[in-house]
Amino acid sequence: MSIEHTDQSTATAGASPQEDESPRPGTAPQSGKPGPGKTESGEAGSGKAESGKTGPGKEGPGRAETKAGSEKGGKGSDRRIGAERLSAFRELSRAMILISVRDKATVFFLVVFPVMFLLLFGTLFKDGATAHAKVAQVGAVQLLDSVHGADRAQLDKVLSITRTRDEAEALRKVRKGDLDALIEQGKGNTLVLRFSGSDQVKSASVKGIFNSLLQQANLAATGKPATYTLKSSRIEDQSLKPIQFLTPGLLGWAIATGAVFSSSLTLVTMRRKRVLRRLRMAPISAGSVVASRIGVTMIIALVQTVLFISVASTPYFGLELTGNWWLIVPLVICATIAFMSIGLLTGSLAKTEEAANGFSQLIVLPMSFLSGSFFSLDDAPGWLKAVSQAMPLRYLVTGSESVLTRGGGILDVLPTMGGMLLFAAVLATISWRFFSWDDA
Amino acid sequence: MTSAIAADGVRKRYGDIQAVDGVSLTVETGEFYGVLGPNGAGKTTTLEILEGVREPDEGSIELFGLSPWPRNSKLLPRIGVQFQASAFFDQLTTRETIRLFASFYRVGVRRAEAMLERVGLTDLAGVHADKLSGGQAQRLSIACALVHDPELVFLDEPTAGLDPQARRNLWDLLRDINAEGRTVVLTTHYLDEAEILCDRVSVMDHGKILKTGAPATLVRELDDKVRVSVESGLVTAPAMCELLAEVGAGSVAVEDDGVSLTVATNTPAPVLSVLAEQGALRGLEVRGATLEDVFLQLTGREYRA
Ligand SMILES: Nc1ncnc2c1ncn2[C@@H]1O[C@H](COP(=O)(O)OP(=O)(O)OP(=O)(O)O)[C@@H](O)[C@H]1O
Ligand SMILES: [Mg+2]
Repeated sequence: MSIEHTDQSTATAGASPQEDESPRPGTAPQSGKPGPGKTESGEAGSGKAESGKTGPGKEGPGRAETKAGSEKGGKGSDRRIGAERLSAFRELSRAMILISVRDKATVFFLVVFPVMFLLLFGTLFKDGATAHAKVAQVGAVQLLDSVHGADRAQLDKVLSITRTRDEAEALRKVRKGDLDALIEQGKGNTLVLRFSGSDQVKSASVKGIFNSLLQQANLAATGKPATYTLKSSRIEDQSLKPIQFLTPGLLGWAIATGAVFSSSLTLVTMRRKRVLRRLRMAPISAGSVVASRIGVTMIIALVQTVLFISVASTPYFGLELTGNWWLIVPLVICATIAFMSIGLLTGSLAKTEEAANGFSQLIVLPMSFLSGSFFSLDDAPGWLKAVSQAMPLRYLVTGSESVLTRGGGILDVLPTMGGMLLFAAVLATISWRFFSWDDA
Repeated sequence: MTSAIAADGVRKRYGDIQAVDGVSLTVETGEFYGVLGPNGAGKTTTLEILEGVREPDEGSIELFGLSPWPRNSKLLPRIGVQFQASAFFDQLTTRETIRLFASFYRVGVRRAEAMLERVGLTDLAGVHADKLSGGQAQRLSIACALVHDPELVFLDEPTAGLDPQARRNLWDLLRDINAEGRTVVLTTHYLDEAEILCDRVSVMDHGKILKTGAPATLVRELDDKVRVSVESGLVTAPAMCELLAEVGAGSVAVEDDGVSLTVATNTPAPVLSVLAEQGALRGLEVRGATLEDVFLQLTGREYRA
């Protein structure tokens, strides 16, 4: 008879091969996505005949010389003057980044605030299931007293058992939360376990431990060797550790909030300040404006991801990443696009920033609570689960939990990513009906 | 050769308001064209329809023979627009803004810097757009409209809010680009400005063009009286009337407000000689009709909503 169920040390040991060499996807989305060459060739090369010849060439050192002299040409001279030509897509992206970074409120709400949340929740739930559950044993309990030797040592690893005779006092301590449970011998062969429901994680683990103890004892009583022995898998053990689900949950929430609000508000502000209209009068494609915005939002989301994982991986919180954790990068990218499409919708519907804020909140708030960001949906009623399944955040949370902490592979998240992109396409199509470049 | 702008029967309605009511106009390449009119006359709406920002309810527009609506990316590099209200990213500096716009047209950094210099904003290159004064923002907006040396420039009240120095510098700039053969279309409330700059102006009101022509022609057509005034007290008004009647100076109106004695006449020559004979030329001022008189005659004097 052995208590494998709660063996934390073996659980964590081989959990995540600490691959420092694993691919670090830094700026991949930028270089891979629409490059400057593509976005410009469509429009800028056209124009009058003289400039048309220049074509959408790359900026080269040679060009600087050719154009240097024509600063003050007459009518019809080549307008592509000056030493270094600027790429529209690069400059737009730069502008978008500067706009985000220079807005102190944005930086706070997108980066600082979510990390504060992680620190807060992480610390609050830190001692959840990992540490000893404190159990008071009132009087003699045969089940516990009969465990000796190595098995006893195993048991002590997960439970710290104190013996007492004062049942009332022990009960009071459980109520106050000083103790996690008390156990006593009931009538006949029953065992009475009393615990407080306030800490669900701990009470669940205490229940689990005693259940397995009981089953083993029952089995032993039959005198036969165990036909089945339960070996809990590593993953379940880890899922007990709150940081393992807090990280993906809160990260998903942070990314969703950031992407929805920033795209919605930027859209409305740009429209209200007539920047959209002005951009439309410039020979750049709507695609390059959208792409630059998407690029910047993705960078922010990836910064959030890196920050979250770094903070959660500190020894203090002790997040353990599983093998394919890098899959979080494509997952986050797809999710960002999905969330931005929500922002596009609310920003298209709203005329003012206040309205955009309200519309976005109307979607983000229920979505956050229904997507398992803050608490598990396992016990939620069926219709609520159904609602949550229509929201991309739910998929980001489960998907990132899968790849970050449950050893999920590419096949686990590929359908999720496809679904997110499909969601974005649908919402973008709907938004287009309400979208306007102009206030009036 | 196709005209820079050819618009025919353009109409635009906002609810109950007929903002543009059948505007037809032609602007030749290289022309400097002004649109005048009281507040709410429909100047901005007309300009926006010509630029291709708005869709007209009716009518046809061609810029260089091409339709600006729907958004025509062949046309965009050839035109420059400045809106009545500036449109910038607040968090970008002056320099970042002009460079951003330069990049849209694939124009170099040097040119962007030169443009900044040209509108006198080099010293404010590091200031965020939302911290610029009204006139400074206006100048940045103009710089953005001109950074790519467009063939056709639309400026909606470019000198509104500019100080006299900036206004004259902008005049120079606009005259320069016009001298290069580029077409400039602007709206303004400063009639002296229109008179000085424009080859032709249109006076608009209630969405219609009331009159179009060279400023000098319009003034001449007005056939208004010339006002000759001298210091008061050199000769009395009744005496002046008598003297003018003696020489047969035609219909005149003489008026003395205690500061100056003013004679309004169609034939200033005899008036001047009479004044000279009397030795009453101190403080002499001769003022002909201006575009302002044309404007007021066409649009009336009452306030506009
Ligand atoms: N987006 C809009 N929605 C509704 N009405 C509008 C809109 N834009 C302009 N108008 C109305 O159309 C009329 C013409 O406006 P417009 O802006 O063209 O005048 P304007 O000649 O440019 O005036 P100003 O000299 O004050 O700039 C006005 O009565 C105005 O109230
Ligand atoms: Mg106007």
